[in-house]
Amino acid sequence: MSLYDIIFYLFALLVLVSAFITVTSKNIVHSAFSLMFTLFGVAGIYVLLGADFLGVVQLLVYVGGILILMIFGVMMTNEITNVDIKTGTTQVVPAIIGVGLFAGALTSMMLRTGWNSQPSENMDTTTYAIGKLLLTEYVLIFELLGMLLLVALIGAASVARKEKE
Amino acid sequence: MQVELTHFLVVSTLLFSMGVFAIVTRKNAILVLMGIELMLNAANINFVAFSKFGGFGLSGQVIALFVIILAAAEAAIALAIVLNIYKTFSNVNVDEINNLKE
Amino acid sequence: MSLISLSIITLFLPLIGFTVLIFFGKRFEKIYLFEVGILFAALIISILIAYFKLTAYINQDLIFAFTWIDFGVTPLIGEFSIDLGIKIDNITVLMLFVVNLISFLVHLYSIEYMKGDIRFTRYFAYLGIFTFSMLGIVLTHNILMMFMFWELVGLSSYLLIGFWYEKDSASDAGKKAFLVNRVGDIGMLIGILILFTNYHTFTFDEIYAQIAVGNLPFDSYAWLTASGILIFMGAVGKSAQFPLHVWLPDAMEGPTPVSALIHAATMVAAGVYLLVRIFVMLTADAMLVIAVIGAITALVSATIALTQNDIKKVLAYSTVSQLGYMVLSIGIGAYAFAFFHLMTHAFFKACLFLGSGSVIHAMHHEQDIREMGGLKKKLPITYYTFLISSLAISGVPLFSGFLSKDGILAGSLAFGNLTGHWLLPIIGFTVALMTAFYMFRLVLVTFHGKPRNQEKFDHAHESPKAMTIPLITLAALSIFIFYTPNPFNSEAGWVLSDWIRTPEQVVPNEVRFDFMKSDAATGQSEITHSQMYTDAAHHAHYPAMILSLVLAGIGILIAFMMYVWGKIDSEKLKTKYNSLYKFSLNKWYIDEFYDASFIAGTHKSAKILAWFDYNVVDGIVNGTAALGRFVSMLSGWFDTYVVDGLVNFFALLNGFLGLSLRRIQTGKVQTYVVFVVFSLLVLMFFFRPF
Repeated sequence: MSLYDIIFYLFALLVLVSAFITVTSKNIVHSAFSLMFTLFGVAGIYVLLGADFLGVVQLLVYVGGILILMIFGVMMTNEITNVDIKTGTTQVVPAIIGVGLFAGALTSMMLRTGWNSQPSENMDTTTYAIGKLLLTEYVLIFELLGMLLLVALIGAASVARKEKE
Repeated sequence: MQVELTHFLVVSTLLFSMGVFAIVTRKNAILVLMGIELMLNAANINFVAFSKFGGFGLSGQVIALFVIILAAAEAAIALAIVLNIYKTFSNVNVDEINNLKE
Repeated sequence: MSLISLSIITLFLPLIGFTVLIFFGKRFEKIYLFEVGILFAALIISILIAYFKLTAYINQDLIFAFTWIDFGVTPLIGEFSIDLGIKIDNITVLMLFVVNLISFLVHLYSIEYMKGDIRFTRYFAYLGIFTFSMLGIVLTHNILMMFMFWELVGLSSYLLIGFWYEKDSASDAGKKAFLVNRVGDIGMLIGILILFTNYHTFTFDEIYAQIAVGNLPFDSYAWLTASGILIFMGAVGKSAQFPLHVWLPDAMEGPTPVSALIHAATMVAAGVYLLVRIFVMLTADAMLVIAVIGAITALVSATIALTQNDIKKVLAYSTVSQLGYMVLSIGIGAYAFAFFHLMTHAFFKACLFLGSGSVIHAMHHEQDIREMGGLKKKLPITYYTFLISSLAISGVPLFSGFLSKDGILAGSLAFGNLTGHWLLPIIGFTVALMTAFYMFRLVLVTFHGKPRNQEKFDHAHESPKAMTIPLITLAALSIFIFYTPNPFNSEAGWVLSDWIRTPEQVVPNEVRFDFMKSDAATGQSEITHSQMYTDAAHHAHYPAMILSLVLAGIGILIAFMMYVWGKIDSEKLKTKYNSLYKFSLNKWYIDEFYDASFIAGTHKSAKILAWFDYNVVDGIVNGTAALGRFVSMLSGWFDTYVVDGLVNFFALLNGFLGLSLRRIQTGKVQTYVVFVVFSLLVLMFFFRPF
């Protein structure tokens, strides 16, 4: 087992355990925090896969942005004075059966498939190459996504604002 | 055991399944959203893994980047909707909001 | 400026007046002065035209034409186009002058007469459009354009008769005039179309040129005669000839100046003008028909005029009678006298009508002569002008009527002499006697004797200047000096010797009267008609003159004896010949006859048709409907039980399925996600790659 492998297993464990806590925790705040660890772990896996830029983006956007947003959502939708910020679960049994079967089937599929694996060398840094791709090959999608973000921003603001009586 | 493509794929599969589990079982809309985020992350892991092992260059990473952007937009909109639902129904429990039935 | 452009200006001036008055009449009260001014300008121009035409161009016709519609080459006809144009000959300019003069005088007169009417400016606008259309008839060189303007005068006549449309009788009279004219116009249109079918042109001169070279409609004399008579039908309607004369007396419901302008002087003369225009293409048979119609009209309306008590009705019937004279005159070939009588009659009859308008005005719209009497002192100008015109119409020497009427009577005598149709001159002379009588009856009852209605008499007053000036002008024009230096021989005057020439007939010699055969055919020379006719007219001249003088004298004498000296008691005559009196008073029961025959017949046939409609047509329709209902009932049953059954069956099936599957739809998104997951599992099982 190389150091690389050990680091991978550590991160994989971190991701899966914290995700499990996120999914099952009764306390919504705990869920949010463990989600943070999950995202952090995923960023680590990105780095292991040679995607350093993407890992940084994952940390910035998910951990710095989306997660904060979620916590704000939690705060605003549960009365703060009501300390009990717990939520129940529903239809656990069919979910466990279904999801278990699903996960099993998928995993077996992944394991059984003979992948034509051609690992490429890790680059020193991917930022330059990704930037070039974004502004040449994917420029249209890039621009469209810019538009989409703007629209989403305005849309979110207009959906969430208080209507004037 | 040498870490290969399959390892990453198994991790992403399990992560994805837990996302689905969260969506199906949790009552709180925000937790459902968290499940969705987990699923998106699982998909992203796949993209990046194939980008490294599939011989496609950096395209997989770029697409993963796009997914992150989409996820950000989606999260913003979804939280706005959740706030709106909260205003309308005074709770965010997905199982109690069954207006779709009518 | 050429005469052509001058005449086009005169033609369109009244139209401009009409347009301006219609659009700005409500805004400017005084705008009617514009119309009167325009008519004055038109009068001046028409005098200029007449002067130049009758001096510089007396033997030359001026024609101006342009292509209105060019059809190019058309199937069946070949190349043809429709021309519009103007033809100015001596008759045109005389008529132009007459129309413009009387129109102007009537405009002037109406200013006072119509004062205070609520539709004052519109009245002048209508007069404008009438003058325009009448000038169009006068100026045109083709029969199509004449027909168009013909209908336009019909329209303006309708508008003016029904001018006071608040009165039912006025609007009814307008409708009657319009409908009766339609009867004549349909004949005229058919006649025009017969000519057009054969000659592919509407222009008078071209049609006559074709007839002159022996090109007959459908190669038969009968069709030529027929087309002449059919076109004459237009004149029968417009000039109120028997049996279509019934509209003219009713048309007196219009304002009196309108009666003077349209229903005495100009429009009703349009029929005669049309006959003058088509004179050259009339065959002997057609002319005989025309003469007989004219004679009957003259006689019938004169007998009716004897007993009427409405001042305007008497004048209306005398108009019809005089128009009968003119038509008779055309029929017997006295072309020049027909037109001459048209002119003189236009002046003195307009004067009579305007005079009667003056009386009516003075008597506050009293039209019954039994309510009048003694007005001589109150209305001296009206009285003397009325008297002069009455003398003229009665055929007393020194006045214009004598010249023209004497010519017609002499012509009829000559005609009787030449062809043996003695009834025509006899009727002519009888009518002359009756004319003198009823005109003087009118004069004496209205102006002489004692006032029968003292109250109205006391309020009577002479009309203002705007009304008396036209009267004086027209009365002056009824004096012989304007037409001839010799009051006993009209042919010595310039009107008949220089201005009006009888044109050569163009119809083949076989279908002319013997005396009208061209002199080339009988071996003599001369341009107009044969020596034979001239001689006969010459011989008839003095007997006719003496006879008509005597008859006029007798007529006037009887009138004096009856209404002034009281030698003959009119009441006694009335009771003695009660049936005759009633017959005349009720206008020969012609209206009643029409009511009973045509109108009742129309009603009856309408009823029969309605019955047919109700029972046969509706029966068929209802039968079809019943059949349709039966078929649709069958099909409805099939629909209800078979088609609907199937449909309902599937609906029920679906409903059942839906009800049973309904439970799955919980409305919870999460449940749906579970379904999605299971479905995915199933799909993965089916499409498993391992």
